[in-house]
Amino acid sequence: MAATARPATSPRDTAGSRAASTLAANRSGLAIGAAVVVLALVAYQWDGVQTTAITARTVREAAPLILAALCGLVGERSGVINIGIEGQMLLGAYSGFMAASYSGSLLVGVVAAVGVAALAGLFLAWAAVALRMDQIIAGTVINIVGAGATSFFYVAGRTMPRFPQWSIPGLEDLPLVGRTLFNHGPLTYTAAVMVLVIHVALFHTRWGLRTRAVGEHPGAADTVGVRIERLRYVNLTLAGGLSGLAGIALLQSAGAFDRGMTAGRGFIALAVMIFGRWRPTGVLGAALLFGLFNAVQAQLQFKQALDVPPQFFGMIPFILTIAVLAVAGVKARPPAAAGRPYDPE
Amino acid sequence: MTDGSEPTKGTPAETIAGATRSGPTVAPDGSPWLLEVRGLTKRFPGVVANDDVDLTLARGEILGLLGENGAGKSTLVKMLFGIHLPDEGTMWLNGTEIRPTGPGDAIALGIGMVHQHFQLVAPLTVAENIVLGAEPRKSRLFDRRGAERRVREISEQYGLEVEPSDTLGDLPVGIQQRVEILKALYRNAELLILDEPTAVLTPQETDELLAIMRDLAANGVGIIFITHKLREVLAVTDRVTVLRRGRSVGTVDTSSATTESLAELMVGRSVVLRVDKGDAAPGPVVLSVQNLEVRDDRRQTTVRGATFEVHAGEIVGIAGVEGNGQRELVEAITGIRPIHAGTVTIEGFTVHGHPRTVREHGVAYIPEDRERDGLVGNYSVADNLVLTEYHRPPYAGHGLRHTDAVGRLASELVEQFDVRTPSIDVAVSTLSGGNKQKVIVARELSEDKRLVVASQPTRGVDVGSIEFIHNQLVAARDRGSAVLLVSAELDEIFGLADRIAVIYEGRIVAVCDPATVSREDVGLLMAGGQPSEPVAAG
Repeated sequence: MAATARPATSPRDTAGSRAASTLAANRSGLAIGAAVVVLALVAYQWDGVQTTAITARTVREAAPLILAALCGLVGERSGVINIGIEGQMLLGAYSGFMAASYSGSLLVGVVAAVGVAALAGLFLAWAAVALRMDQIIAGTVINIVGAGATSFFYVAGRTMPRFPQWSIPGLEDLPLVGRTLFNHGPLTYTAAVMVLVIHVALFHTRWGLRTRAVGEHPGAADTVGVRIERLRYVNLTLAGGLSGLAGIALLQSAGAFDRGMTAGRGFIALAVMIFGRWRPTGVLGAALLFGLFNAVQAQLQFKQALDVPPQFFGMIPFILTIAVLAVAGVKARPPAAAGRPYDPE
Repeated sequence: MTDGSEPTKGTPAETIAGATRSGPTVAPDGSPWLLEVRGLTKRFPGVVANDDVDLTLARGEILGLLGENGAGKSTLVKMLFGIHLPDEGTMWLNGTEIRPTGPGDAIALGIGMVHQHFQLVAPLTVAENIVLGAEPRKSRLFDRRGAERRVREISEQYGLEVEPSDTLGDLPVGIQQRVEILKALYRNAELLILDEPTAVLTPQETDELLAIMRDLAANGVGIIFITHKLREVLAVTDRVTVLRRGRSVGTVDTSSATTESLAELMVGRSVVLRVDKGDAAPGPVVLSVQNLEVRDDRRQTTVRGATFEVHAGEIVGIAGVEGNGQRELVEAITGIRPIHAGTVTIEGFTVHGHPRTVREHGVAYIPEDRERDGLVGNYSVADNLVLTEYHRPPYAGHGLRHTDAVGRLASELVEQFDVRTPSIDVAVSTLSGGNKQKVIVARELSEDKRLVVASQPTRGVDVGSIEFIHNQLVAARDRGSAVLLVSAELDEIFGLADRIAVIYEGRIVAVCDPATVSREDVGLLMAGGQPSEPVAAG
């Protein structure tokens, strides 16, 4: 039946079209990125000091968002939605702050933050995997506990050691780029490294392949002997650690813990993850965009450039979140099994 | 690699009563059987799914496993694949006793299974799907190149052509199935279980698969082939084991079997495979389709100017290779899909895309995808039986449902249409495929309708149920309904239709009389060819 017979495979064809579609998917991101760079260069000619302040702040603001969004990504890629990032960040930031404050060591603080947030991740895994609890409810529990406990045990007036400012010799003196990229606290560099680490892990390791398979079609992974429950436990615990780092990144800019200091960043991180299409590189781009808007609004408030109440500038990140979810959400395709407990039958 | 120490799904491990029986036997050539199963028994609460089942399979042999829905085929292969643990009995692989306690375990033993519903991850590539769970590594990273190379090697070795770097979700069903087979071969499967592999394939893809199976067997792989289609069993197997109500009722050499003898073994009585029907007595035109154009989900026009009529009291069979617009044609007639151009009229009523209005004009619809379009899986059998009438008296009134009336109707229909269900209150999703289809047939055909639209009415249904459903369609015709039958099975078309309309690329290219036209000519028309002699229009 020649009319309907199709060639068994059309290798070049599909490979080519896949490359094309990947390019198309990234095209809007690349276009936005290019536009921002051009804008920054033009602005730099016009007012170098302010432009550099904004670009440096963009990167600084992006760091906690990157880490928090990667937390969401690692969980959701394996099929578990984590809306408890906000609570995990608060728990991480609080524990990190208290540990650093009492011990006088930043490293102890980081370890405490990562450990406690990882425990919160482990709780989410236990609720979502072992108890098959609704994942949204389990995440909400973490948010309530995180906000409640860290407010209740909050002690005013404590201080912690300052974070160092690491600059890369030679590179930091470059105009615009030097201050923007090569003069930051350790957590900002950590965020950048984590993007690379998670990208390589997700697309170039066994763990990553299994994570993606489990997030899409756990039944298929199960029939070839991948242990779904164990993988989800591991992923959510690791992801919890990332949210702990995100909490520490908040401390790095704020200098001390404050009640509700996350200010919705745990939720904005989910928007970053969606806008970044569940890819680490996408998360990087999306977080920088959100960071840019944050930096611009902060600079506008600081300079009082316009005669508008500062609260209106403060709204910008949230309005942006809604806009991004409305636009990107239409085309977003989350991992197919996200949010559903796995039932072998 | 995989790890079989995982705790079991299903029942906990217990001692096997049958294990004390004598050891494995040998194949005719003196070597141990590739697989020998003796006295396998599996009980579920209330049913004995497998009762003392025996079978043997030699290296390089293709064994057909036949049985009606619910006869215990699935339970048997699930025990082989470690999903269920047997309560009694023994399995030997190459003369060694085995007791797989999970899929990972079975895979490690060299057992591969191609599930009826593919276990594949759409966004991953072909190679990634194949190596998942047993990935090659190179300096601690996933070795994608190595995986693709290995897949290409196996694919060449067994003649299963695939491109390893393709994204799985972009591929047609037939190729996806090859990926499933390659998954098993990549894990060095010596024993391959194919669970109703042809149910989802077009006739061409089926032919390709049967050829692949022969090649695999020639390479020494033993294959257990589960299917409902007797013709395929006869075409490709060496021997056939038949299960009936959980017992193995016999194993026969395929060379000495006929469709009739196999059907009789399966059902336990002689089955009339030829539909017994008298001549049609066509009345006035009921369904009239004129220059119909319909678009599919991707906005491609797939029905392109179809024109035909169906009279009262006749069955018109639409013959065609799947994907030539049948689905869209049927959905347009039943009001589910908007009509792009042309008209569909049912006794003067012009259809314009509203399914309930169409139904109210006396149209019954047996959809192609019963799980998706025909039933609500977690509703009870009773609720599914009133799905089209639930809002009308006597089943509802004053805004309330009258469940006693629903129950009475359901009990009556279950009886009358021989739906095998523990009760009318169980979720319909728990029934076997054939019984699900009977629920739909009971709902749609219990009352006289002007028009019956039946799309693939016996797909994935066992022989006994096929006979029943065919008789119901003929009965509807004899009561004066117009019947439109769409089927990918030429046997079904020739057995039932009073006139055959051949669809090709969205057009009706010929209407013929099944008494005078040959199968070959219809096949040629389906492929877009022209028979050498003109086909008489019916």
